[in-house]
Amino acid sequence: MEWFLANSGMILERGGQHLALALVPMVLGLLISIPLAQLARQNSALRSVVLTASSLLYTIPSLALFIILPTILGTRILDPLNVVVALTIYAVALLVRAALDAFDSVDADVSQAAQAMGFKPLARFLQVDLPLSLPVMFAGLRVVSVSNISLVSVAALLGVGNLGMLFTDGLQRDFVTEVVVGIIAILVLALLMDAVLVLLERVLTPWERAGKLKNHGAQDVPSGTTAAEEAASTVGEAA
Amino acid sequence: MSNVFADTFAWLADPLHWAGSMGIPARLGEHLQYTGLVMLIATAIAVPVGMFVGHTGRGRVAIVALAGALRALPTLGLLILFVLLAGIGLMPPIWALVILTVPPLLAGTYAGISSVDRNVVDAARAMGMTELQVLFRAELPNALTVMFGGFRTGVLQVIATVSVVAYINLGGLGRYLFDGLVLSDFPQMLGGSLLIAVLAIAVDLLLSLFQRLFLTPGASKLSFRSQEAAVALTDPVVAETVVQGGKS
Repeated sequence: MEWFLANSGMILERGGQHLALALVPMVLGLLISIPLAQLARQNSALRSVVLTASSLLYTIPSLALFIILPTILGTRILDPLNVVVALTIYAVALLVRAALDAFDSVDADVSQAAQAMGFKPLARFLQVDLPLSLPVMFAGLRVVSVSNISLVSVAALLGVGNLGMLFTDGLQRDFVTEVVVGIIAILVLALLMDAVLVLLERVLTPWERAGKLKNHGAQDVPSGTTAAEEAASTVGEAA
Repeated sequence: MSNVFADTFAWLADPLHWAGSMGIPARLGEHLQYTGLVMLIATAIAVPVGMFVGHTGRGRVAIVALAGALRALPTLGLLILFVLLAGIGLMPPIWALVILTVPPLLAGTYAGISSVDRNVVDAARAMGMTELQVLFRAELPNALTVMFGGFRTGVLQVIATVSVVAYINLGGLGRYLFDGLVLSDFPQMLGGSLLIAVLAIAVDLLLSLFQRLFLTPGASKLSFRSQEAAVALTDPVVAETVVQGGKS
């Protein structure tokens, strides 16, 4: 505790770096995977290519990818850009799949009704399909957030600044407190991010709560498929 | 740039790096040995517990919460904590890896057992099977594909994390990364990274092949089209979204 207080400035700084390294790839991943999933939905050949490539890339261990990327990008090994690109690849791999599931979870009747009402394709996508797919999308985002925050610490092995530094430093100095503080700091960061995402989802999908109040007997299992079913059932009720 | 590739290729092709206790076959052997040991212990813990929870439904909430919480635990931190508390040696990092591998296996086993069609379970019970027979003859065979999905996630996670173990003075392919880092020998680092990436992809392909050949009974008897459909339905990818193991 004493050590924590004495070094709180350093820990906050590392925490900031950590958060940036985890958050930027998540946002980039989201921005890439939504259009990619939309394209893949219209083209089945592209869909299978995207799914195969993403599961293949996801298989590559992060430490190896952190080292392979500089050769491809022409960056130095210590460059945080390597970490951002690597984690963006993982985020896209997870989110493309989540986005496909999310768009599939939108009731086709609702989407067709919007079209019949005169929505143009882009407006329909932005105002109907995208909002209705949010619950499944958020399930994917929460997984990416937790896994990114945990993965960033591996980059500390190569000397990229983040909370993982507390682990490498703690090992060299044989100092358990520092390692424990690092673990707790990362857990707190992951929990905070998760809470922010849950809150954001609640704000963005007010109709979800209205639906839940009506059938509050429904099981509350945090998995993508149930979220999809829930979304489908609420949409059905609204329609 | 091409220079780095040429150097890496030269490093990989050098016969010196393919012999002895520090050679690539030996390091690969260590890597697989650690992975096997972790999977053995983790399976022995996770499968019985997962089967119990899946069959009885008791402790379901606890398992889901535990799996979620452990996913947020940083691998590297846990490894180093165990080494500092229990000393350098083979077993401390192995136990840390077991702790990280049990949740996906547990969730996979639980999800597999509880995803079995309730009609099948009721029919088995109605035929007069005892609870153990229901579990082993009806639920387990039907749950194998999803369970194997969790196993596959677990194996890949361990292969990835074992490369980190080299940081705390154990062997495995990760040694090349950290030895290379210390010596600023980039070809060695890149060579080691490529070997680890190839190993992970190869193991994943082998496991998926195994799954297609042995774990989709009946599929081989169907026509090609419906076989494809069956594979698509039981693909581990489906399980992955349920299991969502960690990533290292």
